[in-house]
Amino acid sequence: MKHESIEINAGLLIILTLVVVSIGGLVEIVPLFHIKDTVEEVKGVRPYTPLEQRGRDLYIREGCYACHSQMIRPFRDEMLRYGHYSLAAESKYDHPFQWASKRTGPDIARLGGKYSDEWHTQHLIRPQNVVPESIMPPYPWLLKNELAYGDIENRMKALKMTGVPYSLSEDEYQANVAEHGKEMADKLHIPNARATLEAEANGRNLDGDKSRITEMDAMVAYLQALGTMVDFKQYEQGYFANFR
Amino acid sequence: MANPANKNSKQVETTGHVWDDDLREYSNPLPSWWLWTFYATIVFSVVYWILYPAWPIGKSFTRGIATVTVEENGQMVEKPWNSRTQLIEEMQSSPSAVKQREYIEKVGKASYEEILANPDMMAFARSMAKGYFGDYCAACHGSGGQGNLPYFPNLADDDWLWGGKVDHLQASINNGRKGNMPAFPVQGEAMDDLATYVLSLSGEQVDAAAAERGKKGYAMCMGCHGAEGKGNPMLGAANLTDKAWSVINIPAAGSLEEKKRLIGGVVNKGIQREMPAFASRLKPEEIKMLTVYVHELGGGQ
Repeated sequence: MKHESIEINAGLLIILTLVVVSIGGLVEIVPLFHIKDTVEEVKGVRPYTPLEQRGRDLYIREGCYACHSQMIRPFRDEMLRYGHYSLAAESKYDHPFQWASKRTGPDIARLGGKYSDEWHTQHLIRPQNVVPESIMPPYPWLLKNELAYGDIENRMKALKMTGVPYSLSEDEYQANVAEHGKEMADKLHIPNARATLEAEANGRNLDGDKSRITEMDAMVAYLQALGTMVDFKQYEQGYFANFR
Repeated sequence: MANPANKNSKQVETTGHVWDDDLREYSNPLPSWWLWTFYATIVFSVVYWILYPAWPIGKSFTRGIATVTVEENGQMVEKPWNSRTQLIEEMQSSPSAVKQREYIEKVGKASYEEILANPDMMAFARSMAKGYFGDYCAACHGSGGQGNLPYFPNLADDDWLWGGKVDHLQASINNGRKGNMPAFPVQGEAMDDLATYVLSLSGEQVDAAAAERGKKGYAMCMGCHGAEGKGNPMLGAANLTDKAWSVINIPAAGSLEEKKRLIGGVVNKGIQREMPAFASRLKPEEIKMLTVYVHELGGGQ
């Protein structure tokens, strides 16, 4: 085929361009599906509970990722400020992951447990109530809106299709019991989802009002889970370096 | 296509393709600086592939031949270079890390008395802890430790709910605190009298007869706040006889009625406050420096 015939045939030019571009894409992307050596083997990483998962949906809805990253990079200054750098394994059940790339606010990959539930509630209602210097906008409706969780089973089923180990069958449930213990496995069982969510929201009562389950309950539950799943005291630093 | 008349210097060849009868494309060579830069990037990438992690092979990838020397189990070992081994090396032996560690170890071994008496260690603890305080404490207690009522107590005064000695402060940071006062459904005149009595404890000018009547109602408060209202740091119960208020802002209240209303609110609603535990998040030396910092901040006891 002469070069000229490609140049003068727009359709052929488009097809051949697509072929060339997709080769470049495939070479970059396909190996990532096969490389197993980069995902750390660590204990503790689990799917989000139904309440946390709904909180995560709200996190995405409100666009929190536009100002907050969830990715502590392996640099000394970041370790000193934010804690242990993020592992690939820690976001393996995040679809899509919330690494983000811009830090207008601080990184929140290890926010869980850092502040009290009360603080988070006050902070989200109006950040300047607790941090006068803050430029974060307020999210007062989280406390006003009742949490919609009628479709929680379907949301979990959808995530299950992407590989998140929520359980439907007895076998899957038992696998979760072995991996995460009975208490957590119960929370990750899809048929229990609604009852689990209600129990968790009322048990922790994050928004201070037991009569209803608000979006604040879900959001704070999610924020308090961030970065808390892996116990880094169990591992030597050199261990994680084997996965790079 | 540029007008050939402008290219008066020398004749440039065309690619030989002709469109629409007279449309031709010049075949100018690339500028040599650009071309050589391009070749240089190719050479660079080959060197990079050899030195650093690069090519995927099956389930693994090439690790590269560059190495980093790190300490592992007391021995210096060579490890393949990657961002994580480099970080380990930097945490172990970068000049600032070495300098810092020297002090951190010194502070870690010293007792609180020794640190408080040593200006050098204090200066170090102060500058390190300022960062920790900003990151872990200031969100609630304010950047200067001024607190944020009604949820987060003031750390910059010398009034301590849970005790102001270094041991108390360290325990607070390590294990967190759960402040809890139950709600008491006292209403009407009884509440008014009780509030009057509570105000009288800290020397507020109030109606003595009403305060006397309120003293009876105070009986239910004694379990925690003590018979004389001195509080109990074991329970985090506030001292009601000083003028420092850790939940409601009495000094800012305009009138006596407003002050009584504020006290009534606390009695009727109770208090649930929680400070998270930091023992699993911060290292013992970091908590030590933070303790010293907070102790100094509030004129600790």
